[in-house]
Amino acid sequence: MAKIFEKPKMLTDKPTHYCPGCTHGQAHILTARAIDKLNVKKIIGVAPVGCAVFAYEYFNCDMQEAAHGRAPAVATGIKRVIPDAIVFAYQGDGDLASIGMAEIVHAAARGENITVIFVNNAIYGMTGGQMAPTTMIGQKATTCQSGRSVALNGYPIHVSEMLSQLQGPCYIERVSCHDVKHIRQAQKAVDKAFQNQVEGRGFSMIEILATCPTNWGMNPIESNKYVEEVMCSVYPLGVYKDTTKEEA
Amino acid sequence: MEEKKLLKGNEAIAEAAIRGGCRAFFGYPITPQNEIPEYMSFRMPEVGGVFIQSESEVSAINMVYGAAGSGARAMTSSSSPGISLKQEGISYIAGAEVPCVIVNMVRSGPGLGGIQPAQCDYFQSVKGGGHGDYKMLVYGPNSVQECVDIMYNAFDKAFEYRMPVMILGDGMLGQIMEAVTLPPMKDFSNVPNPDWAADGTRYGNDRRVINSLYIQPDELEALNHKLFAKYDVLQEKECMYEEYLCEDAEIVITAYGTVARIAKSAVDMLRESGVKAGLLRPITVFPFPSDRFARLASRSEVKKFVSVELSMGQMVEDVRLAVNGKKPVEFFGRCGGNVMTGEDIVEYIIKGGK
Amino acid sequence: MEGIIIAGFGGQGVLSLGQFIAYSAMYEGMEVSWLPSYGPEMRGGTANCSVCVDKKPIASPIISSPDTLIAMNMPSLTKFASKVKKGGTIIVNSSLITEKVDRDDVRVIYVDASDLAVKVNNPKAANLVIFGAYVKNCKTLDKANAIVTIGKIFAKKPKFLQSNIAAFEIGFDL
Repeated sequence: MAKIFEKPKMLTDKPTHYCPGCTHGQAHILTARAIDKLNVKKIIGVAPVGCAVFAYEYFNCDMQEAAHGRAPAVATGIKRVIPDAIVFAYQGDGDLASIGMAEIVHAAARGENITVIFVNNAIYGMTGGQMAPTTMIGQKATTCQSGRSVALNGYPIHVSEMLSQLQGPCYIERVSCHDVKHIRQAQKAVDKAFQNQVEGRGFSMIEILATCPTNWGMNPIESNKYVEEVMCSVYPLGVYKDTTKEEA
Repeated sequence: MEEKKLLKGNEAIAEAAIRGGCRAFFGYPITPQNEIPEYMSFRMPEVGGVFIQSESEVSAINMVYGAAGSGARAMTSSSSPGISLKQEGISYIAGAEVPCVIVNMVRSGPGLGGIQPAQCDYFQSVKGGGHGDYKMLVYGPNSVQECVDIMYNAFDKAFEYRMPVMILGDGMLGQIMEAVTLPPMKDFSNVPNPDWAADGTRYGNDRRVINSLYIQPDELEALNHKLFAKYDVLQEKECMYEEYLCEDAEIVITAYGTVARIAKSAVDMLRESGVKAGLLRPITVFPFPSDRFARLASRSEVKKFVSVELSMGQMVEDVRLAVNGKKPVEFFGRCGGNVMTGEDIVEYIIKGGK
Repeated sequence: MEGIIIAGFGGQGVLSLGQFIAYSAMYEGMEVSWLPSYGPEMRGGTANCSVCVDKKPIASPIISSPDTLIAMNMPSLTKFASKVKKGGTIIVNSSLITEKVDRDDVRVIYVDASDLAVKVNNPKAANLVIFGAYVKNCKTLDKANAIVTIGKIFAKKPKFLQSNIAAFEIGFDL
């Protein structure tokens, strides 16, 4: 009998701790499949603090657990001393866009030859649903219980748009996983972000719009709908920077 | 007097801070203290105060520095890894003699550690913590009511001594719900801004500078001495402790915070089985009640001290310094987020130590 | 002192059941503590809380051997059943736990809580059915006061008050 589906080699057998309907599992699979396709030997991942804090248990390669927000700095250190390894950082929105904003901006500006998977679900999941730097205007969180207000909390940060203004990055794209079509597109983007690193092209980041059914107070189906209808309009999908095209 | 309420330690501290005059809170999410910023986020606007969820702990403590330097009653809260990040800012605050309150709901470490209760931040709380020679006034409350009582007056102490005050709890104290009576709202509306605050009102004349940079060695040395003179006053005036059945005790158990409650139940069990045990509970862990330990150590009936902690042994060092070799000082602890039971302590004592 | 451990899946109202007991005892003038387990699993994991009720201040809020265990699911029964004091009580949510408790030195009360909650059209109120059974059997708390307590807790959700009290009553009347 022909095998038509199998678990990526890059994932361990450990069941994940993610809530039902959470996008992290899908983001892990996208990352793992992309790396499997590279056919390389040396891979080191950096796990964040946040819901993906246990990512080091799920990715089947050497991993380092970073302090909160510092994953791009840790990944930089690794990549600089082991340039022939594929180095990736996996981060959430609180980790990357709040406490770790300095690290991600500077890693991008330096054009570090690393790949960053940025999972944006617009909320702090692990700590129980607090406002994130990407929480949208009007969106409720436990530290903005009547909804994010511009007067009190300012505006959400559009990370892909912002980083694409820098000269350093090679490739920045925002994708979503709310249906099969978009998952396929997301896979292509993640594949490219890793391929760029193999080719030595510099900093690539894929922002994945993600669900958080638990802290959004929705079921998984409603959550996917929310991503499609609300998040995708606030955070438009697409390629924000691609220097490989300029070269071509 | 208000009706008793059932409150979580974290929520009770937040409300007591507001009633004690806190009007500015800056924090960043970390378990197990999230109920404090969550509570502050809706409560602060109700009392005309400020709440900001900062982008990091580093940022939060620096926001406290700014707000407090201009005279506001400002505070932050966090848990161990977050407190490590704040230590730089706390050092600046101590050096600039700015009053503020920091709550630490300790979790187990080192590193990212775990989220279960621990007391492994004793050193980084009572010995300074950040760079340079400085201390904080540090309280280790053992119940939700004591959290409320201490928090309610913490800003008054911080302003009296112009120094950071820390409330050293643990995950258990933050999460436990107990019945509490809340004190009335303090009114500071007619209290003038302190005479050192850089509140922006002295344009071109007599300006005030909040600063910890002293390029001249003599000036910095004078500051170091000034700070330590304040710590001497703390030692004299602010030491707090509780004793339980120490009058005729042969074995003095010592513990602070929630562990002291477990130790108290162990003392009762030991007494029932004929062992003359007592409990000395420091309520301030800096200043440390060293004199009281020294006096107990001089008593002929006291055979030994046992420091019980959720750590690998941190407060025990201060107990040894205070007892100064007069009696043996032993240590019993659990760590990693595990918590001992009263029975564990009894078993340790009955077996005669290690 | 009465030490109660309440355990089950997250989402079964385990922590709020502990709070119902703690509030009721507090309103009767007793000393109480309520201590939850807390962990990284936001949903679908196991949850438990320890409630202490006493006439004098609670020394240790940690319960190594409970007087009463309320087990809302099988993993909780497996984890805590052996720790219950001799002569203590185990209340079992028999809607989810089909096995019998393997101890003859404790009193065991089987309550078909999840199914009874459905019967009063309030499927989320299995914990209140158990609360009723607890008040009836464990004699620590007064029934009238417990109902007043439910009223206070659900003051902001009046829509659910009647069906919650109905769930409590059906548990009490078993």
